[in-house]
Amino acid sequence: MTISDRRISLTMGPLLFNWPIEKWRDFYARLADEAPVDTVHLGEVVCSKRLPFYIDAVPEAVERLQRGGKTVVFGTLALITLMRERKDSADIVRNAVCEVEVNDIAALAHLREGQAFRTGPYVNVYNEGTLRFLARLGASSICLPPELPIESVKVLGGTARALDVGCEVWSFGRVPLAISGRCYHARLEGLTKDSCQFVCARDHDGLAVDTVDGEHFLAINGVQTMSHTYCNTIGDVMRMADAGVTALRLSPHSCDMVAIARTFRDRLDGALGTDEAMRRIEEICGPVTFSNGFLFGKAGAEMAPESGIDGAAAASGWPAPPGSRCPL
Amino acid sequence: MTSSSRLELVCPAGTPAALRTAIIAGADTIYCGFRDETNARNFPGLNFSRAEMEESIAYAHERETKVFVAINTFPRAGEKRLWRCAIDDCAAFGADAIILADLGLLAYAADRHPQLRRHLSVQAAAANADSIGFYTRSFGIRRVVLPRILTVEEIAAINREIDCETEAFIFGSLCVMAEGRCSLSSYVTGDSPNLGGVCSPGSHVTYRESGAELASILGAFTMHRVPHDVPAPYPTVCKGQFKAGKFQGHVFEDPASLDASRLIPQLAMAGVTALKIEGRQRGRAYVGDAVRTLRRFVDDYAAGLPIGGGALNQLSEGQSTTQGAYRKKWR
Repeated sequence: MTISDRRISLTMGPLLFNWPIEKWRDFYARLADEAPVDTVHLGEVVCSKRLPFYIDAVPEAVERLQRGGKTVVFGTLALITLMRERKDSADIVRNAVCEVEVNDIAALAHLREGQAFRTGPYVNVYNEGTLRFLARLGASSICLPPELPIESVKVLGGTARALDVGCEVWSFGRVPLAISGRCYHARLEGLTKDSCQFVCARDHDGLAVDTVDGEHFLAINGVQTMSHTYCNTIGDVMRMADAGVTALRLSPHSCDMVAIARTFRDRLDGALGTDEAMRRIEEICGPVTFSNGFLFGKAGAEMAPESGIDGAAAASGWPAPPGSRCPL
Repeated sequence: MTSSSRLELVCPAGTPAALRTAIIAGADTIYCGFRDETNARNFPGLNFSRAEMEESIAYAHERETKVFVAINTFPRAGEKRLWRCAIDDCAAFGADAIILADLGLLAYAADRHPQLRRHLSVQAAAANADSIGFYTRSFGIRRVVLPRILTVEEIAAINREIDCETEAFIFGSLCVMAEGRCSLSSYVTGDSPNLGGVCSPGSHVTYRESGAELASILGAFTMHRVPHDVPAPYPTVCKGQFKAGKFQGHVFEDPASLDASRLIPQLAMAGVTALKIEGRQRGRAYVGDAVRTLRRFVDDYAAGLPIGGGALNQLSEGQSTTQGAYRKKWR
């Protein structure tokens, strides 16, 4: 096995937060011009009320990203209940000018015969039976649910490879843990989803939810509940390669995402060792707590001590990165 | 699909004894699960062995009661045998329906046991007519259990568009998140409800005294802190008390049970076929009381009589109830 036929690509997932339009434009312009990512996701996954704020900026962003050599994927909402949301998701699938990521099963109902699609982390792909079913339907890539342990990733990575389907794993950013019909940002202000006054726009990375003891715990983002920790698997990329993972998903935050992408790319290319890569991510993010517990079958909030100590690396034929303390 | 006949009352049974209690109390249908991780109420001491399931189905059928078996977790990669075996056994025991959520299992059941009636579990969180249509066309789903995030008006609209029956929760604990799409418990404990069938498992719960207070802790996180003279609430993540911005309290949901019994007429008019009582983890006394009361309400409605409210209050968490998402303001 050589490195080249195992190149893991990088995906910039959809922006999950409600950013002002200027920040939104700048983010995608910079991604297009500077970030070493292969794929960029657009589309509103969390709340359909946010889409009107930036929909007019989408065509320009798509064009610029494509000019920058990125594959652009447009995603659907993760929880579809309203008629308007059904129509939007049907339009995304039917009038697709780029690849489509399905985040609610509803979108599958609109596929043309043989139309390729991807599934996002909100579609429950826990086992080979489901993966096979989706592959038969035309799935070209699956982003696994973030809570899956590496044992499951291995089985699914192998199955995906046999089916010629991409296998992506949540690798950076707050983890989406739950989605509800209720908007918590609105609830905390004594408002409802229908009269929300877009209070979620104040929190560009979500609003911290702390325990009564003052410990950071979760983050709310409208109808979505996320981890307070940022998932960070940069110490586990060899394990992922060994498990058949084809892409890592980075989820946009206010920190310098171009620098995050560069660090992951350098780590994947062997130009950075685990320790140095981890140190750089810490530097870019500032005071953030990281986690990767899900990957190791532990509480998702934990950072597993196994991270970066990778027995699989020796078998995978990866070169020892300079300065790495990995026991290769 | 809209329903014309009397509403069907679908009742929980965590044990064979609870199944008999619910049947005597007037259940039209019992739902239950095997004693393993194939169902979403996989609590210690609960659920049915293979022999108990076979006997209980026979017992129910003698009393003209149907039995639905929930196989509604998501099979772990590489371990599909346990789940497939559960489906095969349901077919052999003559279960009236199986309740599934996983796409792969649905495909398996439709392929291997086309004659076995398939219902879509609430764990699939099919919250719109397009999803339900997809499941109906792909797997011949005959009924969908609706997620607890829809208003009555939305349920009516869904029923006008779909070709299968709907079952709606009427009473019991309330999941505030879209079911089957929640990793809060596994974020805290490492045990996934989707994979193992347990949310906020007791094995990860501790109660700790600090000063004049008692803290309920799940994993490493405090969910509640109450004075000593107040019963400490069970530390379920979505029912916990937290701080967010200037807010302190129940960020996600107040500790109340769903009681939509006063909405029975509206749900019937919205085309719902069956009403479901949550609570397979509950004891026989609770199940008996809940089933008897709701039986009376459903029969009163069918007879054109007014429906008595309030009778279910003493069964509710914290003695308070909510009509949940059925009312639009819940959102």
